[in-house]
Amino acid sequence: MATTARFPFLSGSFRNNPETCSPTIIPFLSPTGVHIRSRRDPNRIRFLSMASTLISNPVTTTDRSRDSSKRRKKKKAQALTAPENHQNPNQWKSEAQQEVYKSKFLTALRQVRLSSPPSSSSSAPRTARCRAVREAADRVLAITAKGRTRWSRAILTNRLKVKFLKSKRQRVRVTGNSRFESSKKPRVSVLRLKGKNLPAVQRKVKVLGRLVPGCRKEALPVILEEATDYIAALEMQVRALSALTELLSGGGSSAGSSSSSIQQR
Amino acid sequence: MSSRRSRSRQAAAGVSRNISDDQINELVSKLQELLPELRHSRSHSDKASAARVLQETCNYIRSLHREVDDLSERLSELLATTDGPQAAMIRSLLSQ
Repeated sequence: MATTARFPFLSGSFRNNPETCSPTIIPFLSPTGVHIRSRRDPNRIRFLSMASTLISNPVTTTDRSRDSSKRRKKKKAQALTAPENHQNPNQWKSEAQQEVYKSKFLTALRQVRLSSPPSSSSSAPRTARCRAVREAADRVLAITAKGRTRWSRAILTNRLKVKFLKSKRQRVRVTGNSRFESSKKPRVSVLRLKGKNLPAVQRKVKVLGRLVPGCRKEALPVILEEATDYIAALEMQVRALSALTELLSGGGSSAGSSSSSIQQR
Repeated sequence: MSSRRSRSRQAAAGVSRNISDDQINELVSKLQELLPELRHSRSHSDKASAARVLQETCNYIRSLHREVDDLSERLSELLATTDGPQAAMIRSLLSQ
């Protein structure tokens, strides 16, 4: 296959289903935008976490009709086993999920520490390191979400887009991960719903759409659903980070105040 | 290609037009449950308006972002200052 020839290091991991993995690779790396077709494909999120190391050329799509029929069959087979999307907000409250996040974040932290040498203590390396820590925290949060939500996919694809832009130095048009994307589409029509035509509500929905990653051009119910899951995930992130900070700083810091206020809920 | 896109766009707009007020109210009340401000002051029967819930949601997300920023800043400082026994500390954390 042309794709495995171009990405020889990928063929080893996807030994189980090489035929069905390539359709998920090709659309993802399309330079005109990100078309995520099968939302409930767990293979895709595994690939996304691996793909953060990719720096080679994006592959243009070929034989979409053949691949889309295969993808549809695979989606039907997996639709029965894929979990419901509405159960997700409860997953952020479990302790097990927090432990998973903490261990993944520690692994990422180790890489951050190794990449930035402790040469000087001036402000410039500190802010760069702080930004790297924050980005690692967000990335690990998105990976823990297993790609079932728009905001998690948006976080991961945004990192990759930045990497592509940096390495290729070309103007790639960022069109977001909305399936119904069109650059000339008027935004007002999407929000016209029964009883919610007030400009105040529409303005707030737009602001909320900007705050939640990946939801700038989505409809109102989508934004509400994404915000629900995003808030739960952020709360878990704050709990995990404050616990880690407390542990690393010897347990005597004031991180206990913020974490206890969250745990009271 | 354009026909497929316009058809898909119609499907998206159709979904948002067909979604009922009840579903939106359910989503808004689910969001209200998560917000710390509105959960303690409001009983179950008394609902806050959609605009209020959205405003509180935006404020809450912003404050959560700020908290994550503060925590990561503190973590980065900890990483910088304690670089000697760092590996030992991380190893001890992972062993828990």
